[in-house]
Amino acid sequence: MIAAVASGKGGTGKTTVTASLATVWGGPLVAVDLDVEEPNLHLFLRPTIEGREKAHLTVPVVDEARCNCCRACADLCQFAAISVMGSVILTFPEMCHGCGGCFAVCPEKALSCGQRELGEISWGRSGPVDFLSGRLRVGEAMSPPLMRRVKGRLQQMLGSVGGDAIIDAPPGVSCPAVNAVLDSDVILLVTEPTPFGFYDFRLAWQAFAPLGKPLGVVVNRAGLGHDAVYRFCRDQGLPLLAEIPYDRDIAAAYARGRIVADLSPELRETFLSLRGKIGDLARQCRPRKAVHA
Amino acid sequence: MTMIAITSTGPSLDDQVDPRFGRAAGFLIVDLETMDTRYIDNGQSQVMAQGAGIQAAQLVARAGAGWVLTGFVGPKAFKALSATGIKVGQNLEGLTIRQALKRFKSGGIEVASGANRAGRGGR
Repeated sequence: MIAAVASGKGGTGKTTVTASLATVWGGPLVAVDLDVEEPNLHLFLRPTIEGREKAHLTVPVVDEARCNCCRACADLCQFAAISVMGSVILTFPEMCHGCGGCFAVCPEKALSCGQRELGEISWGRSGPVDFLSGRLRVGEAMSPPLMRRVKGRLQQMLGSVGGDAIIDAPPGVSCPAVNAVLDSDVILLVTEPTPFGFYDFRLAWQAFAPLGKPLGVVVNRAGLGHDAVYRFCRDQGLPLLAEIPYDRDIAAAYARGRIVADLSPELRETFLSLRGKIGDLARQCRPRKAVHA
Repeated sequence: MTMIAITSTGPSLDDQVDPRFGRAAGFLIVDLETMDTRYIDNGQSQVMAQGAGIQAAQLVARAGAGWVLTGFVGPKAFKALSATGIKVGQNLEGLTIRQALKRFKSGGIEVASGANRAGRGGR
């Protein structure tokens, strides 16, 4: 089972929940940080890193001797990564999404493979938990290509050892967030019961509900704000799986890089119960294949 | 014959110079010999998530322009325009097309040596 921990709003507690779930999971688990723009799960799980590798995207390089500026590639590319200006062909490697279409349509075989570095993938262990993380290269504008590489390695890891995975997703509802939840069996939406929290929570629900995966809700900082999130969950039939209280001690522990589930027997029980409910959700709903974005 | 492309908020000589190059509303193409004008809509580039500047550069190149007069040009658009030898006059925001043309004809516009805006591409 793959569980993705997502949110609309940033800073609602995705990493807090992911790290605590990893700690209480029991059984083989890969904890994955897919927030490649600003990974921080390692600050809590403190893994021993056992390996790292650079990830690259294949981008076109033009052999100008063969190119006759027929525009087939430029007309196909939706991102202007390869463009014909009069009798000059230009590439903008940083714009390329790596679809490979230009290679396929070039009748002159004038394109060869170049590479753009996307970032780094690292993996290791944190106690009994396998750890996997991506880190985007500074200056790289697109995170989904690197996220797909990280997910590729996750499939390898799950293929060799089996078990579950829990994904710490990036915030928001755009391509990176959707990419992070696309291959999961269950999506956990972490929110806070504030106006901001509720607004972005609803956006996240609108973005992720069409994927047809079971959704569950975790309310962090419970006791703050108002009851709009609760009413919305009731009206939409969204299961509220856990509440984490609004508590200064939790904030202080987080700031020191501590795992919330380790703070008290009550909090540990909160996450053990959440872990059980995630398993129930995954079992209730037979996984459906999502259409790839 | 010199054709110049001016980023424009509309199709007439009294419209404003659109400060944006890639995401300009359109381009007024002016033939300096005959003073004939032609308006090219740039709405297609405006809606692009990325690459608007490059696509806009393709539009003005296809229109046969030797100069672009505008407000701000980003690095990718500048690279694309330079590759075809199109000269760029920038920082003309706040003028009407007519005023920009007058300044151009009086020799008051320098050829830009580089982009004057950071790229907007990204997400």
